[in-house]
Amino acid sequence: MLAPGFADPVHDAQGTFRAVMDALARPGRVRPLVADLAPPAPLTPELAAVALTLTDADTPVWLDPALAAAPEVAAYLRFHTGAPLTEDPAEAAFALVREPARCPPLARFAPGTPAYPDTATTLVLALDALTEGEGLHLSGPGIRGTARIAPAPLPDGFVAQLSENRAGFPLGVDLILTAPRHVAGLPRSTTVTEA
Amino acid sequence: MSAAIAQRPESEPGYNFAYLDEGTKRMIRRAILKAIAVPGYQVPFASREMPMPYGWGTGGVQVTAAILGRSDVLKVIDQGADDTTNAVSIRRFFAKTSGVATTTRTAEATVIQTRHRIPETPLTEGQTLVYQVPIPEPLRFLEPRETETRQLHALAEYGAMHVKLYEDISRHGHIATTYAYPVEVAGRYVMDPSPTPKFDNPKMDDCPALQLFGAGRERRIYAVPPYTRVRSLDFEDHPFRVQAFTQPCALCGARGHYLDEVVTDDSGGRMFICSDTDICETRVAEAAR
Repeated sequence: MLAPGFADPVHDAQGTFRAVMDALARPGRVRPLVADLAPPAPLTPELAAVALTLTDADTPVWLDPALAAAPEVAAYLRFHTGAPLTEDPAEAAFALVREPARCPPLARFAPGTPAYPDTATTLVLALDALTEGEGLHLSGPGIRGTARIAPAPLPDGFVAQLSENRAGFPLGVDLILTAPRHVAGLPRSTTVTEA
Repeated sequence: MSAAIAQRPESEPGYNFAYLDEGTKRMIRRAILKAIAVPGYQVPFASREMPMPYGWGTGGVQVTAAILGRSDVLKVIDQGADDTTNAVSIRRFFAKTSGVATTTRTAEATVIQTRHRIPETPLTEGQTLVYQVPIPEPLRFLEPRETETRQLHALAEYGAMHVKLYEDISRHGHIATTYAYPVEVAGRYVMDPSPTPKFDNPKMDDCPALQLFGAGRERRIYAVPPYTRVRSLDFEDHPFRVQAFTQPCALCGARGHYLDEVVTDDSGGRMFICSDTDICETRVAEAAR
């Protein structure tokens, strides 16, 4: 049987959106994300909550190989959001990544165009852990001075990819980082360096 | 909570929470997230017809409707005042369609929708300021074609704006632009701060609150994230300066606030009072104690 979506579609979506908005507006801060969902594995409740909040028929969604291998995940997302699924990361408005360590290079996703940088892909990563105050150094809009965040696990060379992503500003992808019951943001405007 | 917060237990039946349908909210929410990711860039969005005419804050109302939640406390100001027609009707609109608590106190609000002022009370991290914007494009009066201004932003080609400010200097001896004074956000996009007096420009810089801008008729949303550099354009030999008022507020005696000129009779009588009614009333009440 198909797993249900939000118990309260209006207010659960609003709560998820505000957590995500806050996360992207203040990179480096880890926000609580209460996602009362039980989506089919390997989709996490947090990935599902972001997808149900932000995607619909207007937003092509790319699933990473781990999610694409489970037909129940596609069925769940199709039923609850109506979003078309795409196999081309460069076409995706949103990309759901269950195994961040094996995430394709960020450059393979849509960076937007100079006239319309808002057409870039938003990646939603399901991490095991997000820790504030250690790990990567962040600076840029939304950050008072500098901030630190330790997302895990990350793909090899991720910081180099992020600085390449930042170098292309205003083009570039934006990242929503989720971990169990938490969310953080890494917009393209953030400068990320290793310790 | 204090008496200034009016709590309505139930919203009007027959409306979705905060009026807009969920599909529209999703579309606006996606635009807001991209606006935050690219500070100062104007994200196009599919602006809806609202139950008020364009020019009365339809952009701000749609942004507020998309972010508002049950636990929010909403304040609405029009030229700094909580008690003018536009502010009262928008506050009632959300009280009716969402049932959220409303307030006139800046410090108690979590979402502040504004038409053309930034409150004098410093904003905090827990707050979001939503601006109503009539014309989002700072280059519009210099270049009327949208296709061209979009290219100018893409190329960060803002020479025309500096020429305009320079022409002000050559004509008046100083930069005569007093409102909608152009700013550069995070070192990249030049942005219209909406027709706020330039007095308020310094408050946008390094502000702890998130600032969102909605233009309903022009179908654009843009944002300034918290703690972001917002620089008013100027020249080394003509640095940016804000208006200075010679007298204090006639009601509360405050100096350093933005003042409105009020004509009091038909023989030239006038007084200058705070445009921010909340801080003025608070100070008057404190002085009376």
